[in-house]
Amino acid sequence: MAENNKNYNHIPKEKFAFVNAGERLTDQKFEDKPIGYFKDAWIRFRKSKASVVATVIIVLIIMYAFLFPLCVTTHDHTFMVNLYAKKPARIAALAEYGIFDGGVERDFSEKGLIKNVAIGIGAEDWAGEGISLEQGMESEYQPMNKIGDAKTIIGPGKKESKNYTCEIDTYLEVGFFYRSIPQSELAKIQAWEEETGKKVLYPLIEDNKWNMDAQDANYWYKSSKGTPVVLDSDGMATTVEFGEGMVLEDNYKRDANGDPIYYEYTGGGTLETAQLKVRVLYYNYYQYLYGFTPDYIMGTDTQGYDLALRIAGGIKLSLMVAVFVCVINFVLGAMYGAVEGYYGGTVDIVLERISDILANVPFIVVATLFQIHLSAKLGPIPCLLFAYVVTGWIGTASRVRTQFYRFKTQEYVMAARTLGARDRRIIWKHIFPNSLGTIITSAALAIPSTMLSESNLSFLGIVKLGTAETTSLGTLLSDASTIWTNYPHLMIYPAIVISLLMICFNLFGNGLRDAFNPALRGVEE
Amino acid sequence: MKMTKYVIKRIVLMFFTLFVITTICFVLIRILPRELPTDRVQAELIAARWDALGYNEPLIVQFGIYLRNIFTKWDWGTSWYIDFREPAWDLLTGRLLPTVMVNFYSLIISIPVGIVLGIYAAIKKNKWQDSLISTAVMVFVSVPAYVYAFLVQYFLYFKLGWLPLQVYSLADAGGSWFTWKMFYSMIAPILALSFGTIAGMTRFTRAELTETLTSDYMLLARTKGLTRAQATSRHALKNAMVPILPMIISSFIGILGGSFIIEQIFAIPGVGQLYLQSIQLFDYDVFMMDCVFYVFIGLLAGIVVDLSYGFIDPRIRMGE
Repeated sequence: MAENNKNYNHIPKEKFAFVNAGERLTDQKFEDKPIGYFKDAWIRFRKSKASVVATVIIVLIIMYAFLFPLCVTTHDHTFMVNLYAKKPARIAALAEYGIFDGGVERDFSEKGLIKNVAIGIGAEDWAGEGISLEQGMESEYQPMNKIGDAKTIIGPGKKESKNYTCEIDTYLEVGFFYRSIPQSELAKIQAWEEETGKKVLYPLIEDNKWNMDAQDANYWYKSSKGTPVVLDSDGMATTVEFGEGMVLEDNYKRDANGDPIYYEYTGGGTLETAQLKVRVLYYNYYQYLYGFTPDYIMGTDTQGYDLALRIAGGIKLSLMVAVFVCVINFVLGAMYGAVEGYYGGTVDIVLERISDILANVPFIVVATLFQIHLSAKLGPIPCLLFAYVVTGWIGTASRVRTQFYRFKTQEYVMAARTLGARDRRIIWKHIFPNSLGTIITSAALAIPSTMLSESNLSFLGIVKLGTAETTSLGTLLSDASTIWTNYPHLMIYPAIVISLLMICFNLFGNGLRDAFNPALRGVEE
Repeated sequence: MKMTKYVIKRIVLMFFTLFVITTICFVLIRILPRELPTDRVQAELIAARWDALGYNEPLIVQFGIYLRNIFTKWDWGTSWYIDFREPAWDLLTGRLLPTVMVNFYSLIISIPVGIVLGIYAAIKKNKWQDSLISTAVMVFVSVPAYVYAFLVQYFLYFKLGWLPLQVYSLADAGGSWFTWKMFYSMIAPILALSFGTIAGMTRFTRAELTETLTSDYMLLARTKGLTRAQATSRHALKNAMVPILPMIISSFIGILGGSFIIEQIFAIPGVGQLYLQSIQLFDYDVFMMDCVFYVFIGLLAGIVVDLSYGFIDPRIRMGE
C-alpha cells in the first residue's frame, strides 16, 4: 500500500471517482444540541471546583434544614424542657460507647464528687437497702462517666483539699427532683414503672439535721454540711471518705416497719385533686412524661429547646429571608433599573435621586424604624422583610440601569424600534435578556449579605426572633454570647453553620458571577 | 474651575440627601408614642419639659423647632433616659472616642498587612502561595464578625488567659482612654475587627494589582530594561493604588461609625452601643441624633471617595 501511494505521477484513471456523485449538497443538521446562554454558563460554572463544592455544601445544609426535622420523630422544634437547658449533645443509645454522652469535664471537690456519685448510688438504692460505691458506679444512672485521680490542692488559708477532674453526664447530673402530682398520676407512674421496669419514684427524704438542703432532692444520704456521715447505734457521726467500699447511709423517710415512704399527702380535697409529694429520678420521669429518652444530637439551647432543630429553624428563616430578597431584587430591582436606564433623561434623574436617598439610609436604621413601628402589629419577620423591600434592590437596580444604557443605543434595538416594536417589547424581549446574567449574579450575591445582615440584626436584638416557633442563628448566638465559655456547644454549632453558609453562598455567588459575566467569555484562567 | 463646580455640586447634593433623610427619620421617630417613666414626679417633670420644648405641637412645627435649634444653638435634642438631660450631641461625641480608638488601631494594623498580602498574592498569581492566600481571604471575608470575636475570646481569654474578656471601663483603666492598660484590654476587639478588614484589603489589592500587572505599560517597562521588582513597584503598584487609596480613606471615615457587634460583645461604650441603648430605652432624641450621624458618615465617605479619585489620579477629570 505504502509503496503504491508514493507513486503519484501515474495514478490510473479508473481510480478517480466523484465524491458527491448523485448527492444533493445541503447543510448537515447539528447532531448535538445547541449551547444556549444558560448551558454555556453552566459549563463555565462547572469548571470552578470551589463553586461546585460550595453548591454541594449548600444543598446539604438545605437538606439538613428541611429533612432533619422530619427525621426527629419524637419531638418537634417547639418541644422544650427547662431542666435540660444548655446541655451538650447526648444520644442514649450511643452514650455507653463514650460518644454523644452529654459529658463535660469539670473539677470537683470531694463533697461535690460524692454528691454526684450519690445520684447513681441513690438511683440503685430505691429500696433503701444500702448500696456500695462499686454497685452505684455500675448503675446506668451514674452521672460520673470518669473519675480522675485525686489531686491535693492548697486553697486559701493553706487548707488542703482534694480535687478530682471528672467527666460528668450533665443529663444524669440533674438527678432527683421533688414533684407534686395528683393521685391519678401516681397510679399512672406506678403502672409505667411496672411496664418498663424503670424506677421513677424514689423514697422521700427525712427533713432532719442530717439533710443539708430540704429543697434539694439529691441529698438523700446523711450528711453534715454536705460531708456524708455514718451514724453508729448511739447517734455518733463518723465522716465517710470517698474511696473503695464507700457506703452512704440513707436518710429516707420510713414508716413504722422501717420501709421507705415513696409519697406523701400534701393537700387537696377529693381523691382526684389530692396532691402528693413524690421524689422522682428526673431522667426516668422525663421518659415517663414524653415517652422517649432525651436524645439531642447537638444538645439543647439556652432555654431547653433541641439545638439541632432550632438551628434547622434558623437556617430555614435565613433562607426564607434570602430567597425573598432575591425575588425583590429580581422584580423591583430589575423593573426600576430597566425604567431608569431605558427612558433616561428626567425619569432617570428623578428615580436616581430617590434610590440615592434610599441607598444612603443605613440598613440598620431602616430595620430599626420598621421594627419599632410595626413589629407589635405585624410581627418581627414581616417587618424585617419590609425593610428589605425598601432598600434591598438598589444595587441590582443600578447594575441593570448600566446594562440598559449600554444596550439601548445598539443597532439591533434601533432596528426593532424601526420595525414598530413598542417600548415594552424592546425592554423585555430585546434588552432585558442581556442584563439577565447581571441580575442573577447580583441576586445570588445578595443571599450571603442578606443572611449576614439578618443574623447581625437578630444578634444585636434589634429584630427579636427568639420565640417558641421561630428563631434565627443570630439570636441563638446572642443568647449564647454571655455564657458560652461554660457551654461551648451553644456557640460552636450555630457559628459553624452560619460561617459555612456565608462562605458557601459567597463562593456560589462568585462562581455564578464568573459564569454569567460575558467579559470572561473565552478567558481561561 | 470645573473641578470646583463639581465639588460644590456634590456637596450641595449631599446636604440635600441628608436633609431629606433627616426629615423622613424625624417624622418616623416623632410619631412614635413616647413613654414616660413610672416614677410620677419624674414623669410630670419630663412631660412638662416636653411640652415646653414643643413636643406636643403639630409635626411640621416640631420639625421647624428642631431645625431652628440645630442651626442657632447646635442643639440636637436631649437625652431623657440614657443620661437624663444630657444634650444628645454631647452624649454622642462622648461615645466617639472609644469607637474611634478601637477601629483606628485595627485599621493601622490591617491595612499594611492586607496590602502586603495582596501584593504578594498578586505577584505569585496562580502559584500555591496565591491560592493559599485567596482561599484564606474567601473564608475570612465570609465569616461574620461575631465568630471572630468568639474565637478571640475563646483562645486568648478562655484557653490562654492572656487578654481580658471585655474592654475595661474607664475607671478600671486609670481614668483615661490612652493608658497602656486600656490598650491591653482593647487588643481582643482590635484583633476581632482586623481579620475581616485584612481579608477585604488583601482581596481588593490583589484584584487591582493583577489587573495592572498584566497591562501593556508593564511590558514596555520590562522591555526598556527595568527589573520585575522595579517595574512592579514603580508602575504597577502606583496605578493599583488609584482605587486602593480612596478605599483606605473611606475606611478611615467609616471608623467613626464603628462596629455594632464588636462593641456589643466587648462592652465598648461606643457609638454603636449608644444606638442600641437608645432603642432599648426609647430615648428617641438620642436615637434621632445617632441616625443622622450614621447617615452623614455614609454620605461623607461616599463623597470623599469620589472626589479623592480626582486628586489622586490626575488622569481622572471630574465633572466631565
